Amino acid sequence: MQPFWTIGAVAIVLLIFPTLYRMIAGPSIFDRIIGGNMIGTKATVLLLFIGVLFDNVSMFVDISLAYALLNFIGTLAAAKYFQHRPPVVSRDEGSAKEEARP
Amino acid sequence: MINMLTAVLIATGILVLAFGVIGILRLPDFYTRMHAAGKTDSLGAILIIAGFALYNAQSLLFGDILVSIKILFIAMFIFVASPTATHAIMQTAIALGVEPWRKKEEGK
Repeated sequence: MQPFWTIGAVAIVLLIFPTLYRMIAGPSIFDRIIGGNMIGTKATVLLLFIGVLFDNVSMFVDISLAYALLNFIGTLAAAKYFQHRPPVVSRDEGSAKEEARP
Repeated sequence: MINMLTAVLIATGILVLAFGVIGILRLPDFYTRMHAAGKTDSLGAILIIAGFALYNAQSLLFGDILVSIKILFIAMFIFVASPTATHAIMQTAIALGVEPWRKKEEGK
C-alpha cells in the first residue's frame, strides 16, 4: 500500500500548483480568497496522507482538524472584512461598481 | 478487500478534486469558478477522508476506531463549513455588486 499513499500525496501536491496560479493571478480579490480556501482543503487532506506515510496517524489527525478549523475561520474573516471595506479594483477588470460601494 | 475499497474511494476523491481544479482554471467568471470550486472541493475531500477512516479502522482495535471517528469528525466539519465559506464569499461578492458573466451580444 506504500506506493499508493506516495502517489496520492504527490497528486494532491500537483493539484495545489494550478490553484496557486489562480490565487496569484486571479483577476478579482474573491478569486484569491476561493483559491486560498481550496488550497486549505487540499492541505487538510495532504496532512492525512503525511500521517499515514509517517505511520503516525493519531498525531496528524489533530493537526489536520486544527488546519480545517483555521481555514474556515480565515476564509470567513476575509469575506466579512471585504464586505465592509471594498477592495481596490483596476479599471479593466471592473468587478465592483462605483455606486454599489457602501 | 478493504484496501481495494479505500483505493477506490481515494482515487475517486482525487479525480473529483482534479475536476475542481480544471474548473477553477478554465471557467470565465468569478461566480462560475466558485460553482466549480465549492462543490467539488467538499465532495472530494469527504471521499478521501472517508477512505482514510475506513483504512484506519480495519484493525478493529479500540484506539484505531477512536482515531477513525476523529477522522470522520473532520469530514463532518468540512461538510458543514465548506459550503458556509463559499456562501459567505458569494454574499460578499453580491453585496459589492460584482457583475455575472454574460455571452457577448452581436452588436457589441
